Parts: sequence; C-alpha cells; structure tokens
Amino acid sequence: MGWLGPAEIEALRLSLRVSFWATLVTLPFGIFVAYALARWRFPGRQVLNGLVHLPLILPPVVTGYLLLLTFGIQGPLGGPLAELGIVFAFRWTGAALAAGIMAFPLMVRAIRLSIEAVDPKLEQAGATLGASRLMVFGTVTLPMILPGIIAGSILAFAKAMGEFGATITFVSNIPGQTQTLPSAVYAFLQVPAGEAAATRLVIISIVIAMSALLLSEYVGRRVAKRVAGS
Amino acid sequence: MSLSIRLQHQLSDLALDLDFDAPSGVTVLFGRSGSGKTTVVNAVAGLLRPAAGRVAVDDWVLFDTGQGIWLPPHRRRLGYIFQEGRLFPHLTVRQNLNYGRWFAPRGARRESPDRVIEMLGIGHLLDRRPAMLSGGEKQRVAIGRALLASPRLILADEPLAALDDARKAEILPYFERLRDEVSVPILYVTHSAAEVARLATSVVALQAGRVVRHGPASEVLADPSVAPAGVRAVGAVLQVRVAAHHDDGLSELEAGGERLFLPRIPHRIGDELRIRIPAQEVILSSRRPEGLSALNVLSGQVDTIRAGEGPGAIVSVRTPAGMVLARVTRRSVAALGLRQGSPCYAVIKTVALAPQDVGGRVVAP
Repeated sequence: MGWLGPAEIEALRLSLRVSFWATLVTLPFGIFVAYALARWRFPGRQVLNGLVHLPLILPPVVTGYLLLLTFGIQGPLGGPLAELGIVFAFRWTGAALAAGIMAFPLMVRAIRLSIEAVDPKLEQAGATLGASRLMVFGTVTLPMILPGIIAGSILAFAKAMGEFGATITFVSNIPGQTQTLPSAVYAFLQVPAGEAAATRLVIISIVIAMSALLLSEYVGRRVAKRVAGS
Repeated sequence: MSLSIRLQHQLSDLALDLDFDAPSGVTVLFGRSGSGKTTVVNAVAGLLRPAAGRVAVDDWVLFDTGQGIWLPPHRRRLGYIFQEGRLFPHLTVRQNLNYGRWFAPRGARRESPDRVIEMLGIGHLLDRRPAMLSGGEKQRVAIGRALLASPRLILADEPLAALDDARKAEILPYFERLRDEVSVPILYVTHSAAEVARLATSVVALQAGRVVRHGPASEVLADPSVAPAGVRAVGAVLQVRVAAHHDDGLSELEAGGERLFLPRIPHRIGDELRIRIPAQEVILSSRRPEGLSALNVLSGQVDTIRAGEGPGAIVSVRTPAGMVLARVTRRSVAALGLRQGSPCYAVIKTVALAPQDVGGRVVAP
C-alpha cells in the first residue's frame, strides 16, 4: 500500500476495525429484535419498531449528540460503564457504538424480512417432532434465515464503514482513535493540498462499498439456493 | 394403548364440544371441511390451546384444563403427518428423517430407521432435498419422519388431500401397513369415504364441532346423514379375499361364498382386503336379473329402507357377502314392492369398483 500515506492507512485500518466490531456485536441483538418484531405480538411492539428505526430517520448529528449525552463520561450510562472500565467517549469503541447504532435498522430490516419469509408451519412441525422453541430456532429458523443474516450483516458493515455524522458528533475526529475513513476524508478536505489524499480515500470507499454489495448479493444467492434445497 | 379426547373450544364460526375414546389402530375423524377435524388434531398436538378439555394416551395426560396440565407440543411425543408434508427444505431426506430422532428421549422404544426406510421405499431418496421430490415421495418421507420420532401417538391431517389419485393410491398402502405393523394409536383426519373404508378401525363422524356417530367404518359409511359428501359418499364396506386373477383383465374376489369381479388389482391371491361399494353404483332387482352386462349379482333380503329428503332412498340389503347399500328412487322402492325382509338382488357394475376403494391386507381389529 505504498501509495497511501500513514494517516490514510491508519484511517482505513481503524474503519475496518470499527465496522467489524460494530457488525459483530450488533448481530445477536439484531437477530433477537428482528425475531421479536416478526413473530411476537406484545405491547410496545410499535414503540420498539420506532426506536429501532429512529437512527435511520433522525439527522445523524442528533443521534450522535444523544449518544454523547447518554454514553458520555457524565451520561447516565456512560458514567456507570466508565466505572467498570468501559469507556466510549472519544475512543474507537465509541465510534463502533455509533456505527453499530446507525447500522442497526438496516440489519434488523434485512433479517426481519427473511424471518417473515419462513413459514411458521415448519416451526410447528419442528415442535411436534420434539424440538423445544430454542432448538426449533437453531435447527429450522436460523438456517433458513441465513441469507438474510448475511445480507443484513454486509449491509450493516458497509453502513458502518460510511458512518460520519453520528461518529464525529459523539467521539470527534481524533487521528488513530476515532478518525475513520469518512472523517479522514473530511479532515483532508479541510487542509490545503489534502485533496489527493482525500481522493485516494474516496476511491477506497467506493471499492469497499461496491465489493460489499456484490459480495452480499453473491453469498446471499448461494446460501438461498442451498437453503431452498435445489 | 388408547387415546381419550374431551374438548370444548369456541372458534369464530364453530363451537367445538366433543368427547370420545380412540382404541389402538386407526381412528378416523370424518367430516366436512369446517366440522372441526383439524382443530381437534391441533389441540391434541398442542398447536392450539382449547378453552377446556382433557387429552390422554392411556394414563399419560397431554393436557387437562381441570388439573392445569399443559404439555408444550415438543414434549407430547407425537408423530404429526401434515397435509402439506412440511419437510424442512434446508435438510436432506436423511436429515429430515433423523430430525425427530435427535429429540426422542433416550429410553424411548425406537423404530429401526432401516426398517422404516424399507417399508416406505425411500432408500434411494436419502441424499436428496425435499425440493427434488415428487408429492408422493414427500409424503412418504413425512410419514417416515413422524414414525422415527418414536411417537406415542400418530396424527395425520388429511395426508393425502393434496395428492392426485395415482399418488393417493401410492401412499394409502403405507398407512395400511402403519395400522397393521405399528402399535401406536393413529388419529387420522379425512373427508374421503374411500380412505375411511380402507383405513378405519373406528370412525368418529363430526358435524359442526360435535360427534354425530362413532363406530366401525361399515356402520358410519352406511348413514347418509353423517357422510360428509352427503349421499354420494354412502357405501358399504365388504371384507373380501382375492380368489383368482383372470386372463381377461379381471380379478375374482370371494366374500361369504359369493363371487365378485372387478378390474385387475395388484394384490396376491389369498390376500384379505376391504372394498368399498358406493351405494350409487348398486341397482336392485326383485327377480334374479338375466341378460345383464353387470357381472356382480348378490342375492339377499332388504334390511332397512331409509328415505332421504329428495326423491332418493338408501336400501340396505343383507347378503352372504355382507351388507350392501343401494341408492335408488323412492318410486322404484314402491314399484318393486320392497319392504323389510323382501328378497332382492343387488347388481354391481364391475367397473364401478374403483382401485382406490380396494384396500390392502387387513388384520382384523
């Protein structure tokens, strides 16, 4: 990667790390919330649905500010978590949290769609054959929604790679700590002669985004074929 | 092993209220669509929670609203064969068959997979996925999957309804083998008189959520008021033995010393069968008919005459072969002067005996 400067490499590596952890940690929550929204009828379901989608419709700056209020050192959650040694403010973990929250609605939507496509009659069949609810989920539902999980994860990863507004509001733009790819592009554009570096990062962004899309299409189709059994 | 069922439940358009015992063998729930058959099976399976009732296999209680017992479906040790098969599309046939075995308790009496696979003739399908199977093959795998779960109760909800006649004829013999070779009670839902005639050890006829008749198939099928397809489903069930196969494409059956001919059937000479003779395929004569193309003439005496609402009547005739039912007009009854005890002849057209009305080996209940 000789054509990239150290600051650019740093930003790229940080972005990959932030997006990877954002996706991985969000995934179990995403599956759980998607399942609850798709299959359970409970009071407050619409409220949960609204909350999940909030980051998608709020201005990212607002989401970032709310994160700062909540998870900042003085925040109602940030304070107690800091006591436990978990600090989000102005750390890469905070960037991952912001990216995860922003990517969450996309992930939940993709997984929820695939859960809704699973015929509950198959899950009933599993139950009559002696499988508990959890086993039915593990042996019937989960394998059948694998394409949705993969598509949702890749989408979330791509979204996390591109997250800017909430991240910069919540954890600022600290090189090596919270300066992700988009933040770096923004920073390079603020200084004279930064345009070349910005352009290189823009190209990398485009390549990563396109690869993620193509990969999700390809893997999704492969897995869907295997699951559908043809 | 016997199954006792007592249920009360209110659906939007149906009040279910029934109470019956099912002995081992096949108990057929028989009735029109909307009579509550599937609701009963789903309540037994635990897929639907009834307002009140009790279901037990011998003294093992699946649920009892009085005692507050409710076993979830996965602890009821069922083999549920669904109308649409419901095979898992992401698993191979072998994995589908093994699915229930994974969860069966260690101490459970286990069917040998090899025997089940052989009995169902699915050995060549094991590595395929359900999408690559025909409708009949899917249903055979579904039967195998249910059996291999080591069930204490087998439920079958119109397992043949989605199949065409040829596939039905392919699957029915497997249910007959199930009845004769597996000692687990089977609750079987259908609205087909032919399936009742071939499979039922006893029949529970349902109408609008209530039991209107409970007894052996020959009795229930003889009553036009309970048959779900109305008068067209009415028919007699005879126990017969295959006597000979003839070169002209006919098979000869023997019942109570009488001979019956029907188009060639695949069974071996000496096999015991049940055949269903639809009442509308039988005509009556007060004298021995001559110069008639029909080959099957049974002599007997009129047992009962049941006038229907329209111009028709169902006449049951006691013959040496068993009770035969005929659907005739009331005018003919009068013209022939038929009354209880009158001698008469029942004439059955040979080709009226359809293959799906001919059952396989029968072991007396």
